[in-house]
Amino acid sequence: MPVWLTEGEYAILRAACAEMMPSDQGAPGAEEAGVADYIDTLLGAFTFDPPRIWAGGPTSGRMGGEARFATFHRLSRLDELAWRMRIEGSQGIPEREFNGPVIGLQERYRSGLVALGDDFTQVDGKERRRRLRADAEFCELLHGHCCEGMYGAPEYGGNRNGVGWDYIGLKGDVQPIGYSDVEVSGP
Amino acid sequence: MTTDAIIIGSGPGGSTAAEVLTRAGWSVVIMEKGRNHLLDPNDLTKPAADYSNDEIKFISRYFLGPDPLIEPRAFRRSAEEGEHTHVGEVNSIPTTVGGGGTHADGKVPRFREEDFGLLSIHGPQEGAHVDDWPLTYEELEPFYAEVERAIGVAGREGANPFAAWRSGPYPMAPGAPMYGAVLSSAAAEKMGLHPYEAPTAANSVAYDGRPACNNCGYCAFFGCPIHAKGDPVALLTKTMATGRADLMAETYVSHIRIEGRRATGVDYIGPDGVERKMDAKWIIVAGGAIETPRLLLLSGMEHPALGRHLMVHFQTITVGHFSELRLHPHKGRAVTHVHDDAMVQDERSRAAAAEAGLPWIRGGLVEHSGGGLPIMEARHSPWGRHHAQTMRDSNLRDRMWAFIMQGEDLPYPTNTVDLSPSIRDVRGFPVARVTYQPGPHELAASKHHGKILQSVLEEMGADWTIHTSSPGVSYHGVEATPVPESRHVIGTARMGDDPTTSVVDRWGRVHALDNVVVADSSVFVTSSGYGPTLTLVALAARAAHHLAGTEPS
Repeated sequence: MPVWLTEGEYAILRAACAEMMPSDQGAPGAEEAGVADYIDTLLGAFTFDPPRIWAGGPTSGRMGGEARFATFHRLSRLDELAWRMRIEGSQGIPEREFNGPVIGLQERYRSGLVALGDDFTQVDGKERRRRLRADAEFCELLHGHCCEGMYGAPEYGGNRNGVGWDYIGLKGDVQPIGYSDVEVSGP
Repeated sequence: MTTDAIIIGSGPGGSTAAEVLTRAGWSVVIMEKGRNHLLDPNDLTKPAADYSNDEIKFISRYFLGPDPLIEPRAFRRSAEEGEHTHVGEVNSIPTTVGGGGTHADGKVPRFREEDFGLLSIHGPQEGAHVDDWPLTYEELEPFYAEVERAIGVAGREGANPFAAWRSGPYPMAPGAPMYGAVLSSAAAEKMGLHPYEAPTAANSVAYDGRPACNNCGYCAFFGCPIHAKGDPVALLTKTMATGRADLMAETYVSHIRIEGRRATGVDYIGPDGVERKMDAKWIIVAGGAIETPRLLLLSGMEHPALGRHLMVHFQTITVGHFSELRLHPHKGRAVTHVHDDAMVQDERSRAAAAEAGLPWIRGGLVEHSGGGLPIMEARHSPWGRHHAQTMRDSNLRDRMWAFIMQGEDLPYPTNTVDLSPSIRDVRGFPVARVTYQPGPHELAASKHHGKILQSVLEEMGADWTIHTSSPGVSYHGVEATPVPESRHVIGTARMGDDPTTSVVDRWGRVHALDNVVVADSSVFVTSSGYGPTLTLVALAARAAHHLAGTEPS
């Protein structure tokens, strides 16, 4: 179940993410990494308490230490205002429009997914790519979030089990171990 | 009871002033508009545990602030472009307890002797207000030494043949050299250059109760999860341990209250959004070279030099690709080697200056570095069928090495910080507007030294190299944004002995006000080509010792 998107929107988003980062010859793609879940979690960040904006620290537990990433930071009053502006938009609320209206990510995704078409999941890859490229602004937004969902910390909802890092040979977060001097200085 | 000093800003300058003053027995209140993620909220004498190896949190989501939606800046290249051409992030330095020290990778070189006497040594440049500082390296050296010990600097005395003299060794030896830097340093030496281990405020051994760096690689733009980076956590924890400091995070100073030649206190807005007042005997402004002039302007100060001579370090970026190497730039301290040769005059630089019609050119510190972050690489990689293989091959990360020259900006009066006529921050105050573009000196120095750096990458074995810059001058047709990427912000409240041409005196005190001191890089007369942090920290220590009547330890 998606957190914020409708089932239909979520299906289109999954297909769009898979087109951007396809699984290919053993390489994990957006599907394996759960990139659509990363984006859906961001859009629905305020359905969680604390909101899923900043993962905790200092360690994830993957390399030892406590698994603290999953405990998200609480937001201050102004942090919440900024992130509600970014995600929900200003929505005519005066407190959010001190420099004019702000279109939020929710609205940008909702309209971007509508533009991709209800039949996006049925059309072939060539047509999907054409539709994605037809809206350069949405395409850039989606690409940026796909990168985060593929190679960011799994606690944000993507990079499931670290598949993005594994494929490119990165450990991801490495505290509290780090790297030895030999690993740093040698080939 | 009136506190001895209100310190506005908790970054390297404000923290240093606070540490020196509280050690001398002063009571201080540190007002920081950002959140506290640096010190343990339950015990401010200890570091917090909020930082992490998390690219989303630190790079994509503004964990250290400022968030450009609620604290934007405006930008234009010149007044001819109208009110502004860009609103959002402009030279953003963290807005958080610890300020810019939290996200810096900790390179803390000293300036050299000649950096304090540019006009006398090299002469003027048309269009720029090149001048001498009202102090010498000799006067600042004891304070350099004191703050190097306080924050813990790793380096090797004698490694840099161009370095200024030192009264003692570095507090600790350098950390492990990065593999790419081992190779690029060897190539640079073959080309007659003089690379050396970058003086770095990251522990190579346990120091002052903080652990040795474990080379996690999340250094530049990240807070250190284990607090091996000493600036400014070392200063702030010591300050709080005196019991003579109050740290007020999420506290925005909107106005310095001035009566005649004295400031009586400040107006501030706390985390609850309520405006209050606080009195103090002294006001120390340490907001950085953009926020400090903004606050002084918001407070009604007027001076022809206030907000002028903004310098940012014009960055020359040369990149080489190495198809046969895996350079793993994600392991290590981000930058472990640098060289100073571009700041030293030689026959070639004199010829390049003459060709450009300039009396002289100076480049800047050259950092040997790579980029180790996967999301950043992915953003620059194509999407679609080849994405995964492209990322696995890692031509934009693991097989790249770069030189970034932090080129000396000259102090042009047309590069300024003032108040935006229309853009407001979340609290309703005019934001800073930056007007900046490089001049003939910066462009000529970049072009000349960029070619040399490309040849070093070729000597290192690069298949191909590119040479570009930030801001927006391209030498290979790839247009970059006109907004500078540099996080070094310098100038805007320059120091000097003449109150008509300088904003503050040789001790950082505002000429027109008897009890207001500026303790950040605003006061720099020229920018040199070295990162400003250690010099601004040394100046802040010097100013604070002068106030307290104490000597550096």
